[in-house]
Amino acid sequence: MTVSLPESGAPLKHYVSTAPFDPYSVEAMTAGQAKIFQASQTRLMWWKFKKHRIALVSGIFLLALYLAIVVAEFLAPYNLHTRNMDFIHSPPQRVHLFHEGQLVGPFVYGRQMTLDMDTLRRIYTDNRNDVQRLRFFCAGDPYRFWGIWESNFHLVCPARDGQMFLLGTDRLGRDVLSRIIYGARISLTIGLIGIAVSFTLGIVIGGIAGYHGGYIDLAVQRVIEVLQSIPSIPLWLALAAIMPVSWSPILVYLGITVILGLLDWTGLARAVRSKLLALREEDYVLAAQLMGASTSRIIGRHLVPGFMSHLIASATITIPGMILGETALSFLGLGLRPPITSWGILLTEARSVSVIAFYPWLLFPMIPVILVILAFNFLGDGLRDAADPYK
Amino acid sequence: MLRYILWRIAVMVPTLFLISVLVFTIIELPPGDYFESYVSELRAMGEAADMEEIAALRERYGFDKPAPIRYFHWVGGMLRGDFGYSFEYQLPVSSVVGDRLWLTVLVSFVTIVFTWLIAFPIGIYSATHQYSWGDYGLTFLGLIGLAIPNFMLALILMYFANIWFGTSIGHLMDQKFLNEPMSWEKAKSILEHLWIPVIIIGTAGTAGMVRRLRANLLDELQKQYVVTARAKGMNPFRALVKYPLRMSLNFFISDIGSILPQIISGAEITAIVLSLETTGPMLIKALQSQDMYLAGSFLMFLAFLTVIGVLISDIALALLDPRIRLQGGSTK
Repeated sequence: MTVSLPESGAPLKHYVSTAPFDPYSVEAMTAGQAKIFQASQTRLMWWKFKKHRIALVSGIFLLALYLAIVVAEFLAPYNLHTRNMDFIHSPPQRVHLFHEGQLVGPFVYGRQMTLDMDTLRRIYTDNRNDVQRLRFFCAGDPYRFWGIWESNFHLVCPARDGQMFLLGTDRLGRDVLSRIIYGARISLTIGLIGIAVSFTLGIVIGGIAGYHGGYIDLAVQRVIEVLQSIPSIPLWLALAAIMPVSWSPILVYLGITVILGLLDWTGLARAVRSKLLALREEDYVLAAQLMGASTSRIIGRHLVPGFMSHLIASATITIPGMILGETALSFLGLGLRPPITSWGILLTEARSVSVIAFYPWLLFPMIPVILVILAFNFLGDGLRDAADPYK
Repeated sequence: MLRYILWRIAVMVPTLFLISVLVFTIIELPPGDYFESYVSELRAMGEAADMEEIAALRERYGFDKPAPIRYFHWVGGMLRGDFGYSFEYQLPVSSVVGDRLWLTVLVSFVTIVFTWLIAFPIGIYSATHQYSWGDYGLTFLGLIGLAIPNFMLALILMYFANIWFGTSIGHLMDQKFLNEPMSWEKAKSILEHLWIPVIIIGTAGTAGMVRRLRANLLDELQKQYVVTARAKGMNPFRALVKYPLRMSLNFFISDIGSILPQIISGAEITAIVLSLETTGPMLIKALQSQDMYLAGSFLMFLAFLTVIGVLISDIALALLDPRIRLQGGSTK
């Protein structure tokens, strides 16, 4: 038998399978695993966030609130300043569905006021014969939508020549519910604008300190330490007190947001600084430097986006502090001034024990404050967990 | 150790200097000064102001001099124990303030102790029973405490104390003791009134502390030495008390730095609502009437209190934790 060796230099013949080959066949992934494996970072964050039920609910709640303040005029049954002189300090009315065993749809009973001549208190009693059906998508108090368009279209209005004070009225006969809805516009945006100010300051100052290090870093750290060691409310009070009385309410509103933001950036700046101190040693930063990128571009384009999600999460947690701060300042008379109406301004009405004893419904604005603060806390917790989806 | 303490005190100096600059800038910022608002107030009431006297007062307190000179005058005075002059009360600031400073210190101190007493057991329970109903319930309760504005809580407690106990809980002591020297009776009266503001101010700080303590202890409980101890059959209680708890004690003390500003803030607001005889109500009045030395001294004092509090907590931490002590100041 002769062995036919191939000629030297000629390619060896060997067997090649034509069956399709899957390199991952050993560690095959299920469809679910593949989905996770290929998901983008944002998608992973969303999945992780969705697991945190309370955070998700809080997020939806807050989103709904922020959408609601866009159309506050439409949602509020009355105007911000509509006075009902016949219904001063009227207690909340209940919405009924059945009248004498018959379904009439949502309605309220009419109110009658008598004056107690001994105590001079107004006493309101329901008039059981006066059924006032609520109207929906109806024409009510005229208003200027966003101060531009004239309209009188409301989600819900009292019956014609009737009243509907679901949360009672204050000392000028203004509807508390409507005022809470209008107040949300100020109270909720103040946190957002304040956080925008502190976010910008935090990233810029923290970024510069962390990126450059050395003396700049030392100075910035001292300043942060100083600001953090001064109790915030006395400082807010002092800053709010220096706003001239001659300023218009809108200017005061902006001033307060800036004050709240000005003192709040320290925590964020610290976080940015410590991250940047570590990240600036990375190779991609060196590469950007060699290509001639400016400092602001390196910080803004290459470094900050890397931990933006963390920043947003920690910013969310500081919003409640701002809302509470505004409430406290307004309550003490150093914050916003009427006619601008925030929840803090509304709470100033409930300033004394006698008010709480006689007109407890003036405390209602406290409920949205508590709910919003709880929601922001939960949302912040959820975002913080989701910010690092690879953990 | 001594070196560390000295180093910490040395670091305080620039901090206090910066704070004083900041405070001075803030009280200088509003246009006009106390005399201007005083004169316009007199005019509004239809009285004539004695401009000569006011000019003399202005000169006496250096209001005609440029700001930097006034700043050094103010700081120099404070170093010598002279806190300036309150125009509104027409008395030196130190005698206007008097007892109020000590009462503020007292309220803050008792509040911190209260916060500890509440937060410690709750934090440990929450960490060892993570995700249990108790954990959720307590966390939620704490969050509610965090979410209710201090001043509203003060008002509501005031109302219920009125109904349930029939007492007025405003103020920090019975009114008859107000200007009396300290006595047993006065101390008793203060103690009787103290618990309400302490509870109000404490709620917010407690919630934050429980959360941080829980997170801290949870980290510690997941470490390998705890796992090893449990694997070797150590009883869970001992495994908790022996090391993880001691570690979180350190955290407890270092956390003073973060809750102290919060407590003092809360104390101010609560004091204003409850009209306590602490610095709060007076500070807000001084700010509104541009009584600059009084307001400035108050702000300075509150900041000083915080800085001292943080210093004490740092030193206590260094005593407890050798790792901090041995690092000394070299890492700065």
